[in-house]
Amino acid sequence: MDAAVRELSYAQAIQEAMAIAMEADENVILMGEDIGVYGGAFQVTGDLVHRFGEDRVMDTPISELGGAGVAVGAALTGLKPIFEFQFSDFATLAMEQIVNQAAKIRYMLGGEVSVPLVMRFPAGSGTGAAAQHSQSLEAWLAHVPGLKVVQPSTPYDVKGLLLAAIADPDPVMIFEHKLLYKMKGPVPEGSYTVPIGKAEIRRQGSHVTIVATAIMVHRALEAAIELAKDGIEAEVIDLRSLRPMDTGTIIESVKKTGKLICVYEGVKTLGIGAEISAAIAESEAFDYLDAPILRLGGAECPIPYNPDLEKTAVPQVDTILAAARSLLAGRL
Amino acid sequence: MTMQVTDGGRAQPTPVPVQADGGSNLPAIYQRLGRDALRDALKKMHLIRLFEEGAEKAYMRGLIHGTMHLSIGQEASAVGTCMPLSDADYITSTHRGHGHCIAKGADVGRMFAEFFGKETGYCHGRGGSMHIADVAKGNLGANGIVGGGIPIAVGAALSAKRRKTTQVVVSFFGDGANNEGAFHEALNMASVWKLPVVFVCENNRYGMSTSTERSTAVANVADRAVAYAMPGVIVDGNDFAAVAQASFDAVDRARRGEGPTLIESKTYRIRGHSRSDRNRYRTKEEIEEWRGRDPIVAFEKELLDLGLLTRDESEAVRAEAEREIEAAINFAAESPAPPLKDLTRFVYSN
Repeated sequence: MDAAVRELSYAQAIQEAMAIAMEADENVILMGEDIGVYGGAFQVTGDLVHRFGEDRVMDTPISELGGAGVAVGAALTGLKPIFEFQFSDFATLAMEQIVNQAAKIRYMLGGEVSVPLVMRFPAGSGTGAAAQHSQSLEAWLAHVPGLKVVQPSTPYDVKGLLLAAIADPDPVMIFEHKLLYKMKGPVPEGSYTVPIGKAEIRRQGSHVTIVATAIMVHRALEAAIELAKDGIEAEVIDLRSLRPMDTGTIIESVKKTGKLICVYEGVKTLGIGAEISAAIAESEAFDYLDAPILRLGGAECPIPYNPDLEKTAVPQVDTILAAARSLLAGRL
Repeated sequence: MTMQVTDGGRAQPTPVPVQADGGSNLPAIYQRLGRDALRDALKKMHLIRLFEEGAEKAYMRGLIHGTMHLSIGQEASAVGTCMPLSDADYITSTHRGHGHCIAKGADVGRMFAEFFGKETGYCHGRGGSMHIADVAKGNLGANGIVGGGIPIAVGAALSAKRRKTTQVVVSFFGDGANNEGAFHEALNMASVWKLPVVFVCENNRYGMSTSTERSTAVANVADRAVAYAMPGVIVDGNDFAAVAQASFDAVDRARRGEGPTLIESKTYRIRGHSRSDRNRYRTKEEIEEWRGRDPIVAFEKELLDLGLLTRDESEAVRAEAEREIEAAINFAAESPAPPLKDLTRFVYSN
């Protein structure tokens, strides 16, 4: 019999994945700022401290660099830490441990060790928290060999990718868009994994391929419904994993549609869209393109406080609609 | 033996004078260690010195590329600190980490092979001098980032405690690291969580060219222990017995579950910071003065004076170390290089 499927929020799905892993393996511990009785800034760890105790749901001091380093050292020596950054922006304080240590120790030591570490990053804008609490820095970390970087967009995926990350012997970075935490969706009970490095086609279409990440997947799907009313069938691909990146799925889609739009929240230049575009330009799909590739990304500025400015700073449904319509004008 | 406790929170054990074989006073730490361990310690100090001199020569001959940071003059600090540790205990090391690696029991053949960039090296030629490690012996690795290993050591101590082992972690770092944020964050967490870790600052007076007087607001790095509510111990890093005693005290305390200690081992590097150093920031007189305080010469003399070693034995120990180094260099030179096709091997586990 299949496991029962319930509606859970994205945050509940994360919490359930962590609880399953902690039940199964006492070496799995949680570390982070205010993840204990407070329950985490976004209530993701919730009541786990009451279930597993303060030794396994550890409140750290406000010491991101040191805390990340402690997680690396614990991972090197038998534990499986899941380290929560309160906001992904605070990863900037811990870049030394993430980039120089976690990502490289296995290679530098010639494969004699591994670092089974999971780091969770609440990311993205839309909460009115302004420039230092709203960034999308996933592409920074995706640039580093030795790390794996995933960006789940649904409750189902975040549970499955988190369980895959915990089972993975190498450091996995999970970027969780803050606007997704309350989003509900079907989630099976019990343990299952979603493979790291596999994109998912969320909607089939033949006229244009839209590759999106995190919250942008939902905006792209909303835009696709509108576009269908104009007779434009968009194929929406949820990238899910930045490193390793499933370029094969994108290449096959572009060979079918001949058009590509990349939608992501990180700053547009030198970002994920550039990588996807280059992957197409370097592949056999290049010959199938019949329109320029479009990138829709974050504006060239910090995330502003004013709500209208904040919305304008990152792609919205209307942005995607307008881009797709102009790209397809006269080309259908 | 010079030793002081800076926070007044911990009584210093007084060495008990006992009659040694030769009739002289034997320090308590020597009684605890016994002859064999002391001779082994002397041999390791010779191995470190000869290893680094050999590496320096090999560099001059173009057999080693990149750079290296020599710890010549700091051998007592590395070996003395590791005396209470077993293979199950961990250390984290620094860019000046050859001594720590040998003190923790590494094979000098695999170390030279690593320096030569060979597949048989400890890191299969991927790490070199600055990332030398020996995981089987508990050495979690040297580190190219100043202070980078300190939080990692705290994590290993957290792991040891959580897994209910009696393992202790020693984190080596230099005086330069005591001004990194990682040092402060790590010491604080280790103390808050009462973890079995010993912080050993090998203060060789210069972070590259900048002296501690010009970089550090407190007179002694150990003074900073007060801020993290742990004992801060100052020890003459060129005095093997003093270092070993301080390390035993701190490791015993950690194993009893009483938490971390900060040891400041005051020493000196005779060579420059790295191959590029032209010694413009210190005088020849200063270097010569410290050359006169060679920790190996002093230790050997002490063992002879105490009747724990004869002249013949002392020569035999040194000759044995020389033979091992020669064999190690030959092993490294004859070892195969890593296949180029394996460039990206070890980035991920699968």
